[in-house]
Amino acid sequence: MSTAVVEGKTWGGANEPLKASYGKMMMWFFIVSDALTFSGFLAAYGFSRFKFIDAWPIADEVFTHFPFLHGVNAPMYYVAFMTFILIMSSVTMVLAVDAGHHLNKGKVTIYMFLTVIGGIIFLGSQAWEWNTFIKGEYGAVQTKGGNILQFGEYVEQDGEQVFKRIAVKDFAVVDTHKERTAHESKNGIWFQSEGALPAFDVNEIYKGLEAHENILVRTHYIDEETGDKIVLSRDHSLKALKNNGTLYVEGANLHVNEYGAPLFADFFFFITGFHGFHVLSGVIINIIIFFNVLLGTYERRKSYEMVEKVGLYWHFVDLVWVFVFTFFYLV
Amino acid sequence: MSAHADTHAHDDDHGHHHKETFVTKYIFSQDHKMIAKQYLVTGTIMGVIGILMSMMFRMQIAWPEEPNVLFEALLGKWAPGGVMDADIYLALVTIHGTIMVFFVLTAGLSGTFSNLLIPLQIGARDMASGFLNMVSYWLFFLSSIIMLISLFVEAGPAAAGWTIYPPLSALPMAQGGSGMGMTLWLVSMAIFIASSLLGSLNYVVTVLNLRTKGMSMTRLPLTIWAFFVTAIIGIVSFPVLLSAALLLIMDRSFGTSFFLSDIFIQGEVLHYQGGSPVLFEHLFWFLGHPEVYIVILPAMGLVSEIMASNSRKPIFGYRAMITSILAIAFLSTIVWGHHMFVSGMNPFLGSVFTFTTLLIAIPSAVKAFNWITTLWKGNLQMNPAMLFSIGFVSTFITGGLTGIILGDSALDINVHDTYFVIAHFHLVMGISALYGMFAGIYHWYPKMYGRMLNKNLGYIHFWITAVCAYGVFFPMHFIGMAGLPRRYYTNSNFPLFDDLANVNVVITIFALIGGVVQLIYLYNFFASMYYGKKAEQNPWKATTLEWTTPVEHVHGNWPGEIPHVYRWAYDYSKPGHDVDFVPQNVPLMEGEEELQH
Repeated sequence: MSTAVVEGKTWGGANEPLKASYGKMMMWFFIVSDALTFSGFLAAYGFSRFKFIDAWPIADEVFTHFPFLHGVNAPMYYVAFMTFILIMSSVTMVLAVDAGHHLNKGKVTIYMFLTVIGGIIFLGSQAWEWNTFIKGEYGAVQTKGGNILQFGEYVEQDGEQVFKRIAVKDFAVVDTHKERTAHESKNGIWFQSEGALPAFDVNEIYKGLEAHENILVRTHYIDEETGDKIVLSRDHSLKALKNNGTLYVEGANLHVNEYGAPLFADFFFFITGFHGFHVLSGVIINIIIFFNVLLGTYERRKSYEMVEKVGLYWHFVDLVWVFVFTFFYLV
Repeated sequence: MSAHADTHAHDDDHGHHHKETFVTKYIFSQDHKMIAKQYLVTGTIMGVIGILMSMMFRMQIAWPEEPNVLFEALLGKWAPGGVMDADIYLALVTIHGTIMVFFVLTAGLSGTFSNLLIPLQIGARDMASGFLNMVSYWLFFLSSIIMLISLFVEAGPAAAGWTIYPPLSALPMAQGGSGMGMTLWLVSMAIFIASSLLGSLNYVVTVLNLRTKGMSMTRLPLTIWAFFVTAIIGIVSFPVLLSAALLLIMDRSFGTSFFLSDIFIQGEVLHYQGGSPVLFEHLFWFLGHPEVYIVILPAMGLVSEIMASNSRKPIFGYRAMITSILAIAFLSTIVWGHHMFVSGMNPFLGSVFTFTTLLIAIPSAVKAFNWITTLWKGNLQMNPAMLFSIGFVSTFITGGLTGIILGDSALDINVHDTYFVIAHFHLVMGISALYGMFAGIYHWYPKMYGRMLNKNLGYIHFWITAVCAYGVFFPMHFIGMAGLPRRYYTNSNFPLFDDLANVNVVITIFALIGGVVQLIYLYNFFASMYYGKKAEQNPWKATTLEWTTPVEHVHGNWPGEIPHVYRWAYDYSKPGHDVDFVPQNVPLMEGEEELQH
């Protein structure tokens, strides 16, 4: 309530005691409001993550891909790139606002253009990130209790034993003679649309596990001492899969998640999606402003305040990403 | 700078030539006074519907499962043979709560008076953005329509309670109202939140940016302070309800598990896992608690203004009033857990929330004492507005005292979800805010319609309403302490509660009388528009700027220059003046000092 300070002396009156136009102030208050919506989501995320503190997926093991480079283990590199691009687009936005203060139409145009490009690259990257996350790579088995069993083996790396995941499709013994009834309305079996059947059933995976002595099951629980996920012994691996395994899952969607708790995927999709929607709105607004700059609307008005207002929004969207990035990828 | 000078010149022209068609004047109006009236009339219609609903379910509680012609006529298939169906009972309770809290006491109260009074009392030609203001009203209108449409959904309107806790609200197959009814509820509320956001942005920015010369923050009438802080609370808390609603929509329609975990329904195992309904309660009440202050603060502001003017005395403790408004606003955001003492929240957290909740008693008591001391030795003008203001203080204290009981987790557990709670919040925020709204309408009706409301009808309206309000809610404390749970369709299956049946009948009779007597007010309201006594420019001899505008509305509020302000808003009975009020736009006399307030 900094305004209460005006006390004692009276101000000039009738317009802008805070030296800001009403539009700019509305943008500020809108940002406050929107920030609280995101806070609601992030608080919900924190609440849920805390509930599953011992079973939350480790981001370094989830986001390991990089476009055009197959089979590399590049945790966080791509999202670091995305973040860098988004922050750079904020920098160009600052430059556009500054050029606007100097009524330099040419520079505003260039920097607004770069900002739009940055936003579009970010959105494309996010689409790619979602795509990889949805597709998955190794596959896992969901248990009756909703836990996740992943597969892999210990290999020697730099003199240390490291658990390396193995894709289910590389070891499962596919039973080609198995008969599956096609559930269609014409053969009289009452059916409900249930999407595609999983690629493997648990029996096939179990046979594959039996056949490969070296493969172990990793649960989604975290060992508190090492910070790694707990890997079961060979015996327990077989037992866990046989007794509890119910469903093969590959990748992640709103129902299942091969990386661990389904809530992780729910929140990942929802919060990055909601943020992405903000970026998309920002890009569209930036494009409109860009054309207005190009058409000289603000030149005639002798004020580039609109650029400043969308700039506020754009920085806010950036700032939100810093939080999303921190909570989903870093900690 | 030249741009500013231009807008000024343009502003000053407003009053004179501004062609308005019927559509731009009465429908898509951007004039804050018209938008205020639109809010008021829409809020009134919603209020009538909300009160009718409460009368219906009160009759059900008093005479459970007895055929009633009214039910048959109004509820149709929901009351076969005139016996009310249990599902529709829950729906009525839910929609009554939603309508009264959001549509009447949020939009109808704050929407009406913020719009009417902010520009008039701070000396502005209009809101900062008339266009957004218009959009805000029409979004509110749209959300009202959608909420009403949900009443006609085949499977019934939302019936999970106004707090829409999952899983009842999250699983479309959980109960009749969980399907389309709930969807419409959520859509309506999402639009309502957008409307409230646009309105609040406008209020805040207008108060900050458009005050006339000399109108410093410490010369603002308390009404404006209340609306200003209310709008800030709205900006801070409604978005969190939006978060909760969006996550709920994801759970309902896209299969996520944010609020759901391990559920069987009709023998079928659902795939949800890991979510928590308690999370929803946290998010909901982070809005839900500030929401009660969104409802009560504007009423407090109106009452402060009306009390000072009708006691012909400066408001007692102007700064303390502002400080307590700010303190209440701050505290309101850190007490939400007291709604969840029995929700499985960590008991230690409960003790923290008990502490913060009880702190609210301090600023509330400061306000209550200040109102009483404002009345003390005043030259009281007992017009209907004043009576409703005094009624407000009375119900606010009565309801506030039970708040201390409910705010304490150890005590709350005994009466949680009983009629004790119903009595508490209806008195402290429902009836109080309604009294504040009535007081505001009786006081500012001449400003809105240029005519006076009939005083005698006002007295009848007040006294019967006041008796009935206490008649309804006072006995509820006792049946609540006797353990009668809220939201039960009938209590006749519990021999334990047989003794309370007569009390429920008494309550219902008061509720029915109290409801019907509002017709007097409605008649007064609409008839006075045409036949009321013509109002003078300043009928209450008040000091604030709105009474310096002409009785007939002009677009732009003041035909000439905007008045400058030289003093605070409460120069009543100031020594050294001939009259007992000095309007804010009167310059200080020679040798006169502004009151240290």
